[in-house]
Amino acid sequence: MNFTLKIWRQRDAKSQGAFETYKVSDISADTSFLEMMDILNNNLIHEGKEPVAFDHDCREGICGMCSLHINGHAHGPSQAVTTCQMYMRKFKDGSTIVIEPWRSAAFPVIRDLVVDRGAYDKILQAGGFISVRTNSVPDGNAIPIPKKDADESMDAASCVGCGACAATCKNGSAMLFVAARVSSLAKLPQGRVEGARRAKAMVAKMDELGFGNCTNTGACQAQCPKQVSIAHIARLNREFLCAKFQD
Amino acid sequence: MAYKLEAKIPAGELAQKWSNHKAAIKVVSPANKRKLDIIVVGTGLGGASAAASLGELGYNVKIFCIQDSPRRAHSIAAQGGINAAKNYQNDNDSIYRLFYDTIKGGDYRAREANVYRLAEVANLIIDQCVAQGVPFAREYGGLLANRSFGGAQVSRTFYARGQTGQQLLLGAYAALNKEIAAGSVKSYPRHEMLDVVVENGEACGIIARNLVTGEIERHGAHAVVIATGGYGNVFFLSTNAMASNGSAAFQCYRKGAGFANPCFTQIHPTCIPVHGTQQSKLTLMSESLRNDGRIWVPKKMEDVEALRAGKKKPSDIAEEDRDYYLERRYPAFGNLVPRDVASRAAKERCDAGFGVNETGLAVFLDFKTAIERLGKDTIKQRYGNLFDMYEEITDVNPYEQPMQIYPAVHYTMGGIWVDYNLMTTIPGLYAIGEANFSDHGANRLGASALMQGLADGYFVLPYTIGDYLAKKIQAPKVKTDTAAFDEAEKGVRARIERLFAIKGKQSVDDIHKRLGNIMWDNVGMARTKESLEKAIVEIQALRKEFYADLKLVGTEDSFNVELEKALRLEDFLELGELMARDALNREESCGGHFRSEHQTPDGEADRDDDNFSYAAVWEYKGIDNAPEMTKEMLDYEFIKRAKRNYKD
Amino acid sequence: MGCFLTNSSVGKKFVMSISGCFLVLFILFHMSMNLTMLFSRDGYNAICEFLGANWYALAGTALLAAGVAVHFIYAIILTIDNYRARGKQRYAVTVQEKGVSWASKNMLVLGVIVLLGLLLHLAHFWAKMQLVEIMHSEFATATVDGVTFPVAPTNGALLMAVTFSNPVNLVLYLVWFVALWYHLTHGVWSMFQTVGFANDTWYPRLKCIANVVATLIFLGFAIVAIMCYLNSDVYIAEALQLQ
Repeated sequence: MNFTLKIWRQRDAKSQGAFETYKVSDISADTSFLEMMDILNNNLIHEGKEPVAFDHDCREGICGMCSLHINGHAHGPSQAVTTCQMYMRKFKDGSTIVIEPWRSAAFPVIRDLVVDRGAYDKILQAGGFISVRTNSVPDGNAIPIPKKDADESMDAASCVGCGACAATCKNGSAMLFVAARVSSLAKLPQGRVEGARRAKAMVAKMDELGFGNCTNTGACQAQCPKQVSIAHIARLNREFLCAKFQD
Repeated sequence: MAYKLEAKIPAGELAQKWSNHKAAIKVVSPANKRKLDIIVVGTGLGGASAAASLGELGYNVKIFCIQDSPRRAHSIAAQGGINAAKNYQNDNDSIYRLFYDTIKGGDYRAREANVYRLAEVANLIIDQCVAQGVPFAREYGGLLANRSFGGAQVSRTFYARGQTGQQLLLGAYAALNKEIAAGSVKSYPRHEMLDVVVENGEACGIIARNLVTGEIERHGAHAVVIATGGYGNVFFLSTNAMASNGSAAFQCYRKGAGFANPCFTQIHPTCIPVHGTQQSKLTLMSESLRNDGRIWVPKKMEDVEALRAGKKKPSDIAEEDRDYYLERRYPAFGNLVPRDVASRAAKERCDAGFGVNETGLAVFLDFKTAIERLGKDTIKQRYGNLFDMYEEITDVNPYEQPMQIYPAVHYTMGGIWVDYNLMTTIPGLYAIGEANFSDHGANRLGASALMQGLADGYFVLPYTIGDYLAKKIQAPKVKTDTAAFDEAEKGVRARIERLFAIKGKQSVDDIHKRLGNIMWDNVGMARTKESLEKAIVEIQALRKEFYADLKLVGTEDSFNVELEKALRLEDFLELGELMARDALNREESCGGHFRSEHQTPDGEADRDDDNFSYAAVWEYKGIDNAPEMTKEMLDYEFIKRAKRNYKD
Repeated sequence: MGCFLTNSSVGKKFVMSISGCFLVLFILFHMSMNLTMLFSRDGYNAICEFLGANWYALAGTALLAAGVAVHFIYAIILTIDNYRARGKQRYAVTVQEKGVSWASKNMLVLGVIVLLGLLLHLAHFWAKMQLVEIMHSEFATATVDGVTFPVAPTNGALLMAVTFSNPVNLVLYLVWFVALWYHLTHGVWSMFQTVGFANDTWYPRLKCIANVVATLIFLGFAIVAIMCYLNSDVYIAEALQLQ
C-alpha cells in the first residue's frame, strides 16, 4: 500500500509549526500505524533528515503513551483502540493521511507530534489516590465488595491516561480523565473514605491547569480508546456537588 | 580480581530467615531519614512501590523515568495476574507451596532464602493493593477471585481482567503520587540515567539526560536504586515496550556491579507470530488464556499443508487428527506447564514441520472446547479484551477459528547481582524487580514478575536499605561538584559526541534488527556451543560496524529519540555478547536456557546440578576484553532438588 | 460554599443546569398558557389579565429575566474558558464523532438564536402588554389592511392574531422554535448529567425524555402560531367587533 502523509512538524514548544508532506510506499496491510511511522522515519534518517518525533512505548494499547490525531480522530478512525493498535488495512490504499499532535492549551507541543501531558500527572497528584501507608492495611478479603461495584470500578480504572479525551473535546476538558479516577475509587469502600476531598481537589487542580468545562457532548467517550463512559462524569459531578454542598 | 560475593543470607530455619533478618538489621530514626537522599531509577512496579514506601518512611526520594509519566512503565502491560498463597480457594495452597513451585519453576537456579521471602510477603501485596483501590476481580459474594497459571496446581493468581499489571501499577503510581504531593518524592519524567556515579567505592548519584532539552544533569544521593526492568529488547523483537532497555543496568555493570546469569531469558509461549519484516514488536497473548485454551497442531502433514495453502480452515480438522501435544506430553499439567516447557514444545513441533502458518512458526491455541463447555459469554467475559486485540491485529475472529501463537522473548531472569538485601556488589547501589537476578532462577513462572516487583519495592527494600543508610546518618548532602561526578559527566558527553561523530550510513534500527537476528538465531530458544561462539564473533563484528557506520541525525541538545536509541543499542551490543558468553559457559540446560547438547532422550532440559548449581556473576573488564566470572554457589538446604517433572 | 458556583468548572455547569432547568419549566408553563388559545381566546385573555403588572407577575418576570441573564452570562463565561482551554493552535481536520449530536457542539450558536428570538418576542408582546401596564403608557396600536386600532395590554389573543398575520413573523418564530428544539434536545438530558443524575442505564431514557420535551414544546408553540396565522382574519375581525 502507498500513502501520502501530511504531518505536523514543530521544533519545540516555542517554535511555529507547519505541515510537511511525505510519501511512504510498499506498506503491508498487516503493518501497524506506528510501524508505518517507523518506516517513514527510517527513510528520513537515510535521507539525512530528522525523523518525526512521536510518543509510543508498549505498542499493546495499554501504556497510554501513544497519541496522534489522525484524519480528525484521536487515535485514528478505528473505535476503541489506541494508535499503536491500529493497522494500515483500515486505510484506503493511496489515500492522504493527516497526522496532528494533541491540541489543547494544557498539552503544549514538545516536538512534532509529542506533547507534554504532565498536567494529567498533576491532577492525580492532587488527590487521585487512597492515603494508605505500606503495610498498615487489613486482609484483602476483610471488606467484601459487590462484584458489580468492583466491575464498575474496573471499567473506570481502564483509563490509560493517554489524553485523547481532552484532545478531542472541543472545550479542552479533562473531565473524562478526572472522572475515571474519581469514579473508580468512589465505587470502592476503600476509596469512599476520602471521596469528598478527592473530588474537590482534583476538580480544583483540573481547573487551575487550564482545562475547559464539560458540556456533555460525549466526544471524549466516542474517542476514548478504552471506551470509558461519561457516566463516570455524572458520578464525578455528583461527588463534587455533594461534597461542596456539605461544606 | 574476582568478586568476593557475600549473599548475606541469614542463618536459621527457612521460614524464620526473613523475620530474623529484619530483627537483626539496623533501622534509621525518623529524624535521620529526613537527612538522607535516595535516587530511584525506573517507575514500574518495583521503582514506584519502592519510591512511595521510602518516601512514606521519610527519606528524600528522587524518581526518574524515561516516559512522560511514571504510569507508562512497562509493568503496565502485564496481563494475567499476580500470585499469592492466600489459599482463599481452600485448595491446600501455602507459602511453602508457592515457594516450592517458584523454585521448581525456576529449575533450581534461584536462592532458597530469596524465593521463600518472596512467597512470604506475596500475601501482604494483595492486602496492600486492595487497600490502594486496585479493582481485583471478585466473586458474587464480594470476595477476591482467583485463576490458575502455568506451573501451579492450585488457583492462586489474583487478577483484574486482562489488565492486572496496569491496575497494580496504577496502585503503586497512586501511592507515588501521594508522596509526590506530600513533597517526599520528586519526580523526573522524560529523564534517562546515563551513568551511575561511584565515589570511594560507594554509589553516590547518577548522571541523567533530560530527554526534552538534552541537558546533562547531576543528581547526588546516599543510595541509588535501579528498577529499570529487563533487557529483552536486545532481541529487537520482543514483547517488551519499545523503549525498554538494559542501559541503566549495564552502566552499573560497567562501573563494577556484577551481572548475574545474563543468559537466562524467558521465551513466552503465547505471542502472536511474526508476520513480516516491517514488524516492530511482538504482542503477548496472556498466559491466562491457557486456563481454557488448548494448544495443538495437526497430526497429519497433509493437514498442515492444506492449512498453509489455505485449503482447510483449522476448524475443519477433525478432533482425532489434532495433536494436543502439551496434554500428550505432560498429562499432569497439560496446557498449564511452565513457559519454558511450553515454548520448547512448540518449537519442537514446528521444527518437526508441523507449524501451521506460512512461515511454519505457529501453533494453535483453541477455545472450541471451552466455548462448548462454558458458553461464548463466559469466555467473552474472561478474555474479551484479549480476543478483541487478537482480532484487531490479525483480522481473525478467535471465537470462530483458533488463535495462532508462537514463542517470543518476554522476560529476563538474569540481571544485576544482588545480595539478600538487594544490594549490588557496589555498596549503596541496589537493584530491584526484573533488573536484578535474584528470585526466578532460570525460568519465571507466570504471575510472578508482578509479585517480585512489588515484594521488592513495598516490603523488602524499604527495610534492607536502612541497614546501609544507618551508616550514612552522619554523612552530609552528597555534593555533585566532585571529581567523580566531573568524570562521569565527561564520560557521558564523550559517548554522545562519539556517536554523533561517526556519520555513517546505517540507522540505529538497521543495526538493532541485525543484532536481534543474531541473538534470536543463536542465543534464542535453543543454543549450541557453535551457535554461541558464532554469535560472539558476529556481535563483535556488528559492534565494530556500529562504531564505524552509524548514522545519527539531530542534535544532542534537543529532543532526540534517535540519540536515545543509539545509546541503548550501544549497550545492547555489549550485553548481547555477555549473554552469549554466559550461555556458552553454562554447559547444561535449565529453565529458559536450553543447550541442545544437553537434553534427555525425550527432549527435556538436562540440568547438571553437580557442575552448574551456581549463579554466574560477570565482572566488566572493558569493551574489548572478556569479562571475568565469579560463581555464587547455590546451596539447597531445605528442599531436595529433583528433575522437573510436569508429566505426573 | 458560595464561591464554587463561580470559580469551579463543575459549579459553573451546575448553575447552567439549574438555570436551564428553570427556563425549561417556564417554557412549559408558557406553552400550556398558549395552548389555551386552541380552546378559548377569552380564556387566554383572562390569563393575560391575571399576569399583568401585579406584584406576583412582576416578581415572576424579574426572576425569569434573572434566569435568562444568568444562563446567558454563564454560557459566555464558559465559552470563553473553553476557547482558551482549546489553545491557539487548532486542528486542521476535525470530524463529527460517532454518537455525538450536532446540537451538543453548537449550544452557544443555538442559544444566541434563541436569545435573538426572545428579544423579537419581547418587542412583539411583552413591550405591548406588561410593559404598557408598568409604564402606564398608551396602548400599542396595530394596522391591518390599512385600519389602525389600539390593542389593549390584556388582549393577548388579538396581539397574537395581529403578529402572526404577518408571514415573516411566522417564519421567524418557526426558526426560533427549531433552534429551541435543538437546544433542548441536548440541554434537557445534559442538565441531568451535570447534576449527576445519569448513568449508562438512564442515558437512553434521559435522551428520550429530552426529545419528547423538546418536541412537545416545539409543537405546542408552533401549533398556536400557525393557527393564529391561518385564522388571523377571523380573530382580528371578531376582536374588533367586540371593541
